[in-house]
Amino acid sequence: MKTARHKRFGLAMAACALSLGLVCGQAGAAESDTIKVGIITEMSGPFADFGRHIVNGAKAYMQQHGDTVAGKKVVLVIKDTTGPAPDVAKRLAQELIVKDKVDFLAGFGLTPNALAVAPIATEAKMPTIIMNAATSIITSKSPYFARVSLTLPQVTEPMAVWAYKNGYRQVYTLVADYGPGHDAEAAFKKVFTKMGGQVVGEARVPLKNPEFGPYIQRIKDSKPQAMFVFVTPGEMPIALIKSYRERGLAKAGIKLLSTGDVMEDGDQDALGDNALGMISTHQYSAAHKSPENAAFLAAYAKIDPLRPNFMSVGGYDGMAAIYNVIKQLNGKIDGDKAMAVLKGMKINSPRGPIQIDAATRDIVQNVYVREVKKVGGHYYNVEFETFKALRDPGK
Amino acid sequence: MSEKLSRASNHLTFLRTLERWKPAEIVFWVALVAVQFVFPTSLVFASQILITGLFALSLDMLLGYAGIVTLGHAAFFGIGAYTAGLLAAHGWQDPLLGLVVAGAAAGIAGYLSSFLLSRGGDLTRLMITLGIGLLLFEVANSAASITGGVDGLQGVAVGKLLGLFAFDLYGKTAYAYVLVVSFLLFAFVRSMMHSPYGLALRSMRENQVRALAVGIPINAVLTNIYTLAAVIAGIAGALLTQTTQFVGIDVLSFQRSADLLVMLIIGGTATLYGGFVGAAAFMMVQDRLSNLNPQYWQFFLGVLLIVMTLYLRGGLLGGLGRLAALCKRRRDKERS
Amino acid sequence: MHSLLGVLFDGLAYGSLLFVISVGLSITLGLMGFNNLAHGVFAMAGGYLLVTLMGAAGLGFLPALPIVFCAVALGSLVLERTLYRPLYKSTPLIQVLLSVGIIFVATAGANFMFGSGQQPVVIPEWLGGQLSFLGLDLSRYRLFLMAIVAAITAGLVFGLERTRFGAKIRASVDNQRMAESMGIRVDRVFQLTFALGSGLAGLGGALGVDVLGLDPSFAVKYLVYFLLVVVVGGPGSVFGTLLAALLLGVADVAGKYYVPQFGAFIIYAAMIILLLLFPHGLLGRRKSK
Repeated sequence: MKTARHKRFGLAMAACALSLGLVCGQAGAAESDTIKVGIITEMSGPFADFGRHIVNGAKAYMQQHGDTVAGKKVVLVIKDTTGPAPDVAKRLAQELIVKDKVDFLAGFGLTPNALAVAPIATEAKMPTIIMNAATSIITSKSPYFARVSLTLPQVTEPMAVWAYKNGYRQVYTLVADYGPGHDAEAAFKKVFTKMGGQVVGEARVPLKNPEFGPYIQRIKDSKPQAMFVFVTPGEMPIALIKSYRERGLAKAGIKLLSTGDVMEDGDQDALGDNALGMISTHQYSAAHKSPENAAFLAAYAKIDPLRPNFMSVGGYDGMAAIYNVIKQLNGKIDGDKAMAVLKGMKINSPRGPIQIDAATRDIVQNVYVREVKKVGGHYYNVEFETFKALRDPGK
Repeated sequence: MSEKLSRASNHLTFLRTLERWKPAEIVFWVALVAVQFVFPTSLVFASQILITGLFALSLDMLLGYAGIVTLGHAAFFGIGAYTAGLLAAHGWQDPLLGLVVAGAAAGIAGYLSSFLLSRGGDLTRLMITLGIGLLLFEVANSAASITGGVDGLQGVAVGKLLGLFAFDLYGKTAYAYVLVVSFLLFAFVRSMMHSPYGLALRSMRENQVRALAVGIPINAVLTNIYTLAAVIAGIAGALLTQTTQFVGIDVLSFQRSADLLVMLIIGGTATLYGGFVGAAAFMMVQDRLSNLNPQYWQFFLGVLLIVMTLYLRGGLLGGLGRLAALCKRRRDKERS
Repeated sequence: MHSLLGVLFDGLAYGSLLFVISVGLSITLGLMGFNNLAHGVFAMAGGYLLVTLMGAAGLGFLPALPIVFCAVALGSLVLERTLYRPLYKSTPLIQVLLSVGIIFVATAGANFMFGSGQQPVVIPEWLGGQLSFLGLDLSRYRLFLMAIVAAITAGLVFGLERTRFGAKIRASVDNQRMAESMGIRVDRVFQLTFALGSGLAGLGGALGVDVLGLDPSFAVKYLVYFLLVVVVGGPGSVFGTLLAALLLGVADVAGKYYVPQFGAFIIYAAMIILLLLFPHGLLGRRKSK
């Protein structure tokens, strides 16, 4: 009984080991009349919102411009990293290149996922479009990276300039306690103090933090003229802004300034009246007035009933860049030639004119100062001032 | 157990039968070697499955054999991953050196934290391990100047294996390397679990009071096994770092500990192979499902898990075992 | 200057929030001994139900709350009958697996039905803002939460200690076979207890939306907090859960106010220390097994 059972047990295990190989072994065949774009992004887990917006932005572009360029059919191959998981992202990139034989990589909502892919993109000479991840250094990690989204200092520094020009001299900063938060804090402080302003206090709140009360209270007690905020989109802005309202900081004359991540389009209706009048700087608002944006909004509505945000525009413009490359190269994609086309490329984006810097392959774009207003029953960031054609100051 | 004992002529032969490598086990490992040649484009995935399987094996030592419930095992995986990463980023690029140091670092952490586990029931241990894991995550996040924080540790350049084989895009070196390390560690754990020490562990899991009464030093055994499991988890972490050449802060995340627990339960606890089988099943199903539907694949995986709890209680291996027993019984019936 | 009293109030208010979202788990995990890690799913269901009731059905915040409680409790009965009951006697690991499965299904389901973003909830005017009292600025919503906490605690303690049904629950939990032989329908008792725990989870989720936000990963995001409060308090003890929630709340808020640079560490460190001091929870019973 004993040995017989063990034999079967072992046989079954051997079967498992073999089937491991079988499942792994299904390879996609490359067809010459299609161009494959592998999108690696966060489709599930706590950052599912990122992936949803990026992918739907890309799909909106294809909805608007058709899926055939230069006689080739463009196909998206979407892969889920499940969240910040660089090992998974790297593996997916490797599989997309080796098995699916994609012509482009794109996506990347979070910085570590993009960074982990850099060596693979370089080794495989794979043109890779960063559609969201915002840490400055990303594009310096591989000559085959190009970014169409933003860098954090790029949208943070204008806030400091605007604050000083509009008479704010004492500002308290509050950022999420992680890399990007520290970068935003440093970028704001650098510009603001250089102009002559004073950062009277700095608070860093934990990423997993359902309670902003103590931090907001500290800020209220120190009575600055304004507070500058950077936290990750999602539940943090909601808890923060509600706490700001509840404790009456607005009434105490403390203005809330932030980057657009905090005032993200998708959260606006969840924030409701609480966010009215808040000032932020960012590259895109769904309320941007231009024919390009109107066309984008119309195309996006066919894909997704929710409102697009800056990540959707990242996905949309990323596809625009890819379509441009395919057109220019007449459907024959080669890593080095593709990068040559991408360098210096100009796109009429829904956010306004943008360009991919020829030297750094990073984005050059307008950054807008916006105020939250109620427009037609919904809440929007309404742009009222423009900083034209900003480069990434982090480089 | 007692029934089987009586069938064996004496205890020693019983132990020897257990200890001998079954043919099927050999087939299992040979099949894994075959993967290297049969599926050359899937080696990165295969090596990640093996690494997770090894990590799950270390959890099995605690959960299956010693009966210690933990939700913070990623702490040791992460310590190993960061140790290997920091070494490689600061010039010590030999992979084997990284492996040894990472294992040692995780082992020390395991040894120290084992003393926090001597009191309280399962839930208390679960929460203490979870708390340690979360604290460590926050430490790695705050020490961004050393660890790179949430952006990840950059500049991890791993040297050639034995000075000969570079880590390549296809993952050939990586898979062979991971397979050899996993096998050696597995063989070690296997022989340990079949030694009197392994029996002591099991008796401790079954009944602490009686184990104490027959002279098993419970606290010392607990410290021992916890340290060893941490060493193996640390080595698994180091393997991930070296084959990915990057360390993300997610190596320390709660999610990783929780997923690991799920994989081990799926595979079957206290079976030695449960970790590998569970990791393979979970990761391959997840990969397939997320390719079919990147957005909502969790739904289908969830349904599978729920169905499993209703029909496949002992995990995949337990299920296979029952199936085998059923066939055997049926055949016996036919014969009689 | 924000006084010590202000910090204390904020801490108690935060503790109340922790209690509200965790007390349901104290019932299912503590009393029934089911490792229901999917507690957050019921809370999330409560949250989405509240949002739907207020948004689509146009109901007010207060009238929606009891509906949420009842609906989640009723809904949980279906799950109890089909999924939970067969596993009452199986190992904790299998219960964990079931919980994870339910969490996966619920997360993807919520993502599918409601989208991945945050959900809006507008609390009534009279619950917003602060109330000045003896020189302290007290948040109205937090005061409201504290009142609810007091009501839930009183109700549960009275219900468990003083009513016939409470006695049946305690009997069924302590010794199932004996309870059965005394003519108690343990099945039914467990079913109702489960519904009670789930209903409270739903209510907690609904009350928490305003402060915690609501998106499909809610069930996972706050799982650690639920467990923390219940285990520190001692599973099965309502007072213990309350005490733990308030203690952890005050420690966390005071820590964040006075030593903000250690903000992220405080609650976990407090938990570990408390568990080392009280391995069976603050007011937990030593298991006889």
